[in-house]
Amino acid sequence: MSQIDVPLSRSGFGQTHRVDNWWIQPLAVFLGLAGFIVYATWAAFQGQHFRFGPYLSPFYSPELFGDPHQGWFGTRPSWIPAWVTGAILILWAPGGFRVTCYYYRGTYYKAFWADPPSCTVGEPRKKYLGERAFPLILQNIHRYFLYLALVFLIILARDVWNAFWFDGRFGVGLGTLVLMTNLVLLSCYTFSCHSLRHLVGGFRDRFSGAPTRRRVYDCVSCLNLRHMLFAWCSLFTVAFSDLYVRMCSMGVWRDWRIV
Amino acid sequence: MATATFRIWRGERSSGQFRDYTTEVAAGMVVLDAVHQIQAEQAVDLAVRWNCKAGKCGSCSAEINGMPKLMCMTRLNTLALDKPVTIEPMKAFPHVRDLVTDVSWNYEVKQRIPMFKPRPPDAPDGTWRIAQEDVERVQEFRKCIECYLCQDVCHVLREHQMHEQFIGPRFLVYAAALEMHPLDVGDRVQDLRTQFGIGLCNITKCCTKVCPEGITITDNAIIPLKERVVDRFFDPLSKLFRIFAGRKT
Repeated sequence: MSQIDVPLSRSGFGQTHRVDNWWIQPLAVFLGLAGFIVYATWAAFQGQHFRFGPYLSPFYSPELFGDPHQGWFGTRPSWIPAWVTGAILILWAPGGFRVTCYYYRGTYYKAFWADPPSCTVGEPRKKYLGERAFPLILQNIHRYFLYLALVFLIILARDVWNAFWFDGRFGVGLGTLVLMTNLVLLSCYTFSCHSLRHLVGGFRDRFSGAPTRRRVYDCVSCLNLRHMLFAWCSLFTVAFSDLYVRMCSMGVWRDWRIV
Repeated sequence: MATATFRIWRGERSSGQFRDYTTEVAAGMVVLDAVHQIQAEQAVDLAVRWNCKAGKCGSCSAEINGMPKLMCMTRLNTLALDKPVTIEPMKAFPHVRDLVTDVSWNYEVKQRIPMFKPRPPDAPDGTWRIAQEDVERVQEFRKCIECYLCQDVCHVLREHQMHEQFIGPRFLVYAAALEMHPLDVGDRVQDLRTQFGIGLCNITKCCTKVCPEGITITDNAIIPLKERVVDRFFDPLSKLFRIFAGRKT
């Protein structure tokens, strides 16, 4: 590879000549992601108040253990420790999808690792390996988490369908709308994924002769333009959906029936 | 008439200092106008590289208030003129003098990327047929004016100085333009991983942010190339699928 003969200077941590408030964005990202991680971890360890009437929290969907009619695997085996809740057995999959997401990678490298803190701002470390060495080379399995995320969308769609049925009768509650909004935004986030864009057509150099593939690629590319927006909106709605079901289940909030 | 102060880097070969110049500014001026005015009135020996003054030659790249920009496309009314405006040379390349850097490393890198290799001609007269929809994707990459602002802002080059291992966003765009070209049958995926260091990019999108041509470098060039590397080296299912489908693209 070509070399640079003249030595270049390196900035100190946080050093920059930028005059704008460059630190606001990484700080906001840090607070947003840290807030979500703290709440999701707390909610995952609760193991209760994840169901209210026909509503099921997305953190606990699918319901692995429960009463024999609702749990996928029936009653909870006694050998599973009490702290291992359904959410803990589930959340690694959607969590892995977000952790390996191209958008989130770029933002949390800045906000959590200061690598770099922001564009043209000095970094704290001299050594840099990027995503070509362990552990960050594992980011390359993002598409496998995408496959799992697509399965979770089907499961969540079934939950939304169930949320329309109150004791066997059709109805719409505020919780139904909350879960449906969450499903729509999670779908937008998943279908705007960079890996999906590649898999549906990006891997090809030619689209002529494959009009359907071209249309699907264009559709995913169109959604991909707003991938960041969907990433944040869906992060908020998935946490709010859990909070809504939890608050209703605890009797703190009342679920408004619309129909 | 209003005045503004410009804090310009003066010196040779990495040694130097900022020097303040106050000059008159008028509506419609760009940073390069102010630099030329300072050059004409106060500092005749100020070295600055420029050519078209229209954002098409990519010569007047510099760092204005800490962000890589073209001096000819940065209007003064977009800057806070109540404080000195800093103008300094690009940091990712060896300094020559004042605002001028030696960007020849980029030319050497470009020569290392395997050239365009078209498939056999489609017609007996030695010509090819390409559908418009097939070239649309790579046309975006042809807008690049090689100003190297993306190279300058990339922290892999700028902060970690890994010029020997990483070709930078500009040449990942160049590689994408070749790799995704509907006529090209060359294969650069192995090189992208081993020689060109695509794994060093951590998707901060700074390159996209500074591109004066608005090329969506990260989303449309780098990430699709990363996905092609994943296809080849990290995804056994994809590899199997392509073997059974019996095609490269």
